[in-house]
Amino acid sequence: MSLEKPSRDTALDVGVTEDGLDYDALADLLGGHVLDREQHVNAEGFVIRPDEVQEVLSTLKEEAGFDHCSCVTAQEYDDRYESIYHLRKYNDPTQELSIIVPSPKDDPHNESAARVYDTADWHEREAYDLVGIDYDDHPDLRRILLPETWQGHPLSQDYNQDQPQIVSLREHANPLDEDKRSEDDPDTMFVNIGPHHPATHGVLHVETVLDGEQIADIEPDIGYLHRCEEQMCQQGTYRHQIMPYPDRWDYISAGILNEWAYARAAEDLADIEVPEYAQVIRTMSAEMCRIASHELALATFALDVFGDFTAVFQYGIRDREIVQNLLEDLTGQRLMFNYLRLGGVAWDLPEPREEYFEKIRDFLDDLPHKLEEIHDLVTGNEIFQMRCVDTGVLSKDQVKQYGATGPVARGSGVDYDLRRDDPYGYYDELDWNVVTEEGGDNFSRVLVRLREVEESARIIEQCVDLLEQWPEDDREIQANVPRTLRPEPDKEIYRSVEGAKGELGIYIRSDGTDKPARFKIRSPCFSNLQTLPEMSQGEYIPDMIASLGSLDIVLGEVDR
Amino acid sequence: MSSDQTPPAVEDVSTQEARMGDGADDRFNSTLREAFGSTPFILTKFDKFMNWVRGSSMFMLQFGIACCSIEMIHTYAIKHDLDRFGSGVPRASPRQADVIIVPGTIVSKFAPRMKRVYDQMPEPKFVVSMGSCTISGGPFQEGYNVIKGAEEVIPVDIHVPGCPPRPEALIYGVAKLQERIAEGESSPVTVKPYELEQFGDLEQDELVDKLASEIDEDDLVMRYNWNNSP
Repeated sequence: MSLEKPSRDTALDVGVTEDGLDYDALADLLGGHVLDREQHVNAEGFVIRPDEVQEVLSTLKEEAGFDHCSCVTAQEYDDRYESIYHLRKYNDPTQELSIIVPSPKDDPHNESAARVYDTADWHEREAYDLVGIDYDDHPDLRRILLPETWQGHPLSQDYNQDQPQIVSLREHANPLDEDKRSEDDPDTMFVNIGPHHPATHGVLHVETVLDGEQIADIEPDIGYLHRCEEQMCQQGTYRHQIMPYPDRWDYISAGILNEWAYARAAEDLADIEVPEYAQVIRTMSAEMCRIASHELALATFALDVFGDFTAVFQYGIRDREIVQNLLEDLTGQRLMFNYLRLGGVAWDLPEPREEYFEKIRDFLDDLPHKLEEIHDLVTGNEIFQMRCVDTGVLSKDQVKQYGATGPVARGSGVDYDLRRDDPYGYYDELDWNVVTEEGGDNFSRVLVRLREVEESARIIEQCVDLLEQWPEDDREIQANVPRTLRPEPDKEIYRSVEGAKGELGIYIRSDGTDKPARFKIRSPCFSNLQTLPEMSQGEYIPDMIASLGSLDIVLGEVDR
Repeated sequence: MSSDQTPPAVEDVSTQEARMGDGADDRFNSTLREAFGSTPFILTKFDKFMNWVRGSSMFMLQFGIACCSIEMIHTYAIKHDLDRFGSGVPRASPRQADVIIVPGTIVSKFAPRMKRVYDQMPEPKFVVSMGSCTISGGPFQEGYNVIKGAEEVIPVDIHVPGCPPRPEALIYGVAKLQERIAEGESSPVTVKPYELEQFGDLEQDELVDKLASEIDEDDLVMRYNWNNSP
């Protein structure tokens, strides 16, 4: 590490000015590599040659400080394929840059970025799977979401959805079987964990190879819940038909956080201004969702570590029920809220308002006591500490390499929270803190979630105060939005919000109709799950299960 | 029997004796027992008795797929507590379970695995399909990868509609299933399910030829004819 260029820190600020990024300076840095420049709503895009991807990205990473490859979007145009690498910085996510790599229609391929950003590995596999672009020099390019025997690439233009498909159910082979040096060499054992398994939080399949009791090789196999969310959103109209789907990405009551991701992207795309009053309601309800989501994360983590439906699990569910009741009063739904609208929210707070505020305050008053109880039961428990402290360690560098965000990043001391760093809603007017822990182990991640519940409670409390004093004639919940929304053609945007699991981003390209031409979801769990092999190599299976639990993945969002 | 007894006035009777009453098996007395009279025997048809037993003690498979499983967890946990209805013991292994609740969207990669899990359950087995996705594919019906309902893969006894159904709705569905089991009703299979079959047994066509190099003759496969899906 010390052998690296000494002048690195000063060089990392290429193009940074007080009013945002100076893209000319960045273009100068890349010199002749930049073929063309495009204007996206969130950032500028540099078009580069398909065989210079690694060179350009490593220059940007090493010399301009773009250490976060948040998403790779692939899409097919009438005349070409295109991969977009959305880059930003962990210490200031408002500094964004898109790298656009076009490739020819008849033989789409370009150089892989997986050697520069580890996270690009899975993102490019997904792009290959769904759109059909080949990435040269990729470590392991094969299908990731769809079965290996699938025919065609479903998000490409000439895909025929009615063609029959055959999916095989064959035994998985031990990838390390060949490594045996002699007949007497001890065997490695292959264990399938999932896709139907109580500890995988849904339909995740973990292919594990054990050497004795330790994990010699591990690979998450996903796609058992790939329900075509991107296709569904591309078929829906902006105004009403897309909003119900975000609820079903991260379905652990994080609905409003997800809806906000879509709302933010579409509002910025179509220049819609949201009334302040609606923003406060959004902020309040989103934080309720965060509490509900973290409560379940804790409950299921306790289930993984203690191994039964015991007290902690039931306590978590009990507290969730209260939050869900509050959200139900507000939105009319327990789980799939469909409450946000482009330009506002569906309706005002439930009447009588005083009673509703009273309910929220009661919940907030009880919360410290409940958290204390949970701390007594869980984080203060010696056995729990032995299980979780110093297991599943994830370093800061690994977090950045894999593009991990949310409580996973913050548990490793990476101070990254889009609510503060890329403010939206009403967050920058309120008084709250971003929680980080330095440990990077399973324990730190749990602790971060528990402390975030406290911070969310603080935010809700301030929102309730604001809403209570809001003048009655100024309660505007919805901006003026045309009945049919048709953003101008060829506008592109990547926008993200801080979901319960991390950076939930959405890329939309408009084509002048009332439906998006490309709708790409950057899910935090997809990136977070990639860190599992790093955390579990050489550990025991129970520690791997604990790491998986502390990552808090939700398969609806991993697979989309 | 015990209800019309007056407590003994004598003071030297111990609490234990007072509770025991006249005979040792008095504690097991109940209204039902009283109704039967003095005989310890009842006469019923064996099948009817077994159906009643099956409906009254059901072991559920602990099986989560998607959004609905969150509401299913809530149904099992406090407040809704499915255990009150004699069906709240989630079993992790399909070999120990009577009932499978299918809570969520089934996609092409998962359907063969779900079929396998279902096949591993011992007879008699029952299926509750939870949510719109297991009825028709729900909001994802038009997706390229989504099976249009659980009934394409396994037979279903009770459908619980909703997206997702509330815990109350699931409890109602389970109670309905118990009622049906107790009455000995069985559900016909309405749709020909997608079957697991050996690759070698498939009818030869373009697709099979194409995949012949990738799949062994005796591998199990599931073939989806999307344009025939209802």
